[in-house]
Amino acid sequence: MELLRFTTAGSVDDGKSTLIGRLLYDSKSIFEDQLEAVERASRSRGNEEVNLALLTDGLRAEREQGITIDVAYRYFATPKRKFIIADTPGHIQYTRNMVTGASTADLAIILIDARNGVVEQTVRHSYIASLLGIPFITVCVNKMDLVDFSEQVFTDIRRRYEEMAAKIGIRASLLFIPISAKYGDNVVEASRNMPWYDGGPLMHLLETVSIDHKMGDETQPIRFPVQYVIRPISDKFPDYRAYAGRLAGGVLRKGDTVRVLPSGLTSTVKAIMQADKELDAAHTPESVSILLDDDIDISRGDMIVSKDGPQPIVTQQLKMHCCWFNETEMQLRKRYILRTTVSETVAMVQAIYYKVDINTLELVEGVTSLKMNDIACITVKTANPIAVDRYNENRVTGSVILIDPDSFETVGAGMVEFS
Amino acid sequence: MYKLTHLKELESESIYVLREVAAQFERPAILFSGGKDSIVVTYLAYKAFYPAKIPFPLLHIDTGHNFQETLDYRDALVKKLGAQLVVGSVQESIDKGRVKEEKGYNASRNRLQTTTLLDTIEEYKFDACIGGARRDEEKARAKERFFSHRDEFGQWNPKNQRPELWNIFNGHKNMGEHFRVFPISNWTEMDVWQYIYAENIPLPSLYFTHERRCFLRDGQWLAAEPCMTLKPTEEVVTRRVRCRTIGDITCTGLTISEANTLEDIIAEIAATRVTERGGRADDKRSETAMEDRKKEGYF
Repeated sequence: MELLRFTTAGSVDDGKSTLIGRLLYDSKSIFEDQLEAVERASRSRGNEEVNLALLTDGLRAEREQGITIDVAYRYFATPKRKFIIADTPGHIQYTRNMVTGASTADLAIILIDARNGVVEQTVRHSYIASLLGIPFITVCVNKMDLVDFSEQVFTDIRRRYEEMAAKIGIRASLLFIPISAKYGDNVVEASRNMPWYDGGPLMHLLETVSIDHKMGDETQPIRFPVQYVIRPISDKFPDYRAYAGRLAGGVLRKGDTVRVLPSGLTSTVKAIMQADKELDAAHTPESVSILLDDDIDISRGDMIVSKDGPQPIVTQQLKMHCCWFNETEMQLRKRYILRTTVSETVAMVQAIYYKVDINTLELVEGVTSLKMNDIACITVKTANPIAVDRYNENRVTGSVILIDPDSFETVGAGMVEFS
Repeated sequence: MYKLTHLKELESESIYVLREVAAQFERPAILFSGGKDSIVVTYLAYKAFYPAKIPFPLLHIDTGHNFQETLDYRDALVKKLGAQLVVGSVQESIDKGRVKEEKGYNASRNRLQTTTLLDTIEEYKFDACIGGARRDEEKARAKERFFSHRDEFGQWNPKNQRPELWNIFNGHKNMGEHFRVFPISNWTEMDVWQYIYAENIPLPSLYFTHERRCFLRDGQWLAAEPCMTLKPTEEVVTRRVRCRTIGDITCTGLTISEANTLEDIIAEIAATRVTERGGRADDKRSETAMEDRKKEGYF
């Protein structure tokens, strides 16, 4: 069985909870004791209908205030696939939470109320999904029951969305589905009310959309960030030295000639191990450990890559899109800790080229600091050279986070543009 | 053609997290309860560092109310892996006056464990405790991070968690603070069982059907062991049961079951309509029982 991770975006009243509730309920992923607990909680709050939002709003403060504070992860499976939903709240700290949920998603569901069409929030959600490199965006035009299941309404919204997507440069594959989450039309079962639509219900799409992007293929350059060096130093394995990590690009084979960054030295792959099992090849995103023919100095933070073909950029200066997460504003020239998947260095923000107005998508120049939830294009200078890829070429080796050196909080996320 | 299955993907993610712990912390430990989730985490750690030994000790918080099978399994596993075992004893915490035993029929040492855990963390200066908690288990856990930051008092602040993006984990902390790390966050109960089946991981016999003296309380079967005080109306009977989760005796619900093999268990879980924590008395104390305990520093 395969695994698909998706995120859902929508504002408060667009039926997001109803849609998630229906996917979980119709796939029999809500258990009786959970449903009873939610029914009890709904009644004690004086809600007339069962409030499915209480399934995801687990924290005391959320239940008391009727809001969602944080990204909640939900799980369900059908006989064909297993799913992880990153459910992000629709209002407070929206950008920060959606960026977090989107960072690991294979697909984003963007909900549009059929009565309202493409609104400011739709643009915002789509921009973030695209910025975070989600390969598929599924636009669900919801509440079709309230517009008499009209094909005209659906095609108008679709056309407007496509115009908007072209204007803001969305690269994801787009799919459109007219649904009614409340009545279940085109959610799990095909709708009888919309014979003009022949694209299959949402669940069918979730079960069949390609996940090939997750796996490395032969044409991709090899990327293997070294996480840890395994040295048993035992009688049985006196000189054993293996480099442990999770393959982040391509297919690595026994006998491949590889280059180690940042040193640039080359060697040959002697063996690929998965615990005590020897493999002929490792595929992205497998965790393995590899042994090389030559005894060269490699430590955590180095990256093993293909000898030929496109190389990562080794640089001390990075241009990147940055989303700011913290109440303390980002300051120019302040020192932060910049962290890639496996390495760290001190970094300083040199310049903010522009900030993106998340509502109008206009670029605002002349900005000198960033506030929480701001998205901007910046350059940072690092104390040591780091090896990175462009984010749109590799989501693992092209992403960084910024850590405040005093509070140690994660204060920003960066997607590398180029150096 | 290479096929990436959900189990392979989850295994790879968990091994990656375990290696990050080894790389980022000085004194990590695996919280080992003897339940299937901590067994799977320990097995993943074995795979992550092979042929080196697991670079963390196993830390068991012993309530003094454990099933004997759990303790036997623990000792055999430690021996097999050549691992170090650290035991924090709730009985000792009670004897030292650190905590007070609950009274009444539903008395449990579940909550007392938190003090013993935090004392043991301090004594051994553990800076990261690796647990087998999963996000699908409970609603407060659905919002938990892989790397969960705890303050000096061991407390979890759900409103101030660090954002966690991609697979980049921030293990920085101030003196005295520590982390809880949950490598199998994204696994479901079914994934755990399928993985145990696929990898043929041995389990304590409690998970399979056996005859046991038990009694019914509030619709839930419990083990009739000496640490349980029976109400006058409660009657001890012998039933064929198994555990769906294993905690200590006072809060482990028993399921009437004939499941004798891993295949039987997987079939039983696929058909069940109640969550596994549905049998856990510790979660039923209030709507937000898990969150409240987590804030105090619980697992």
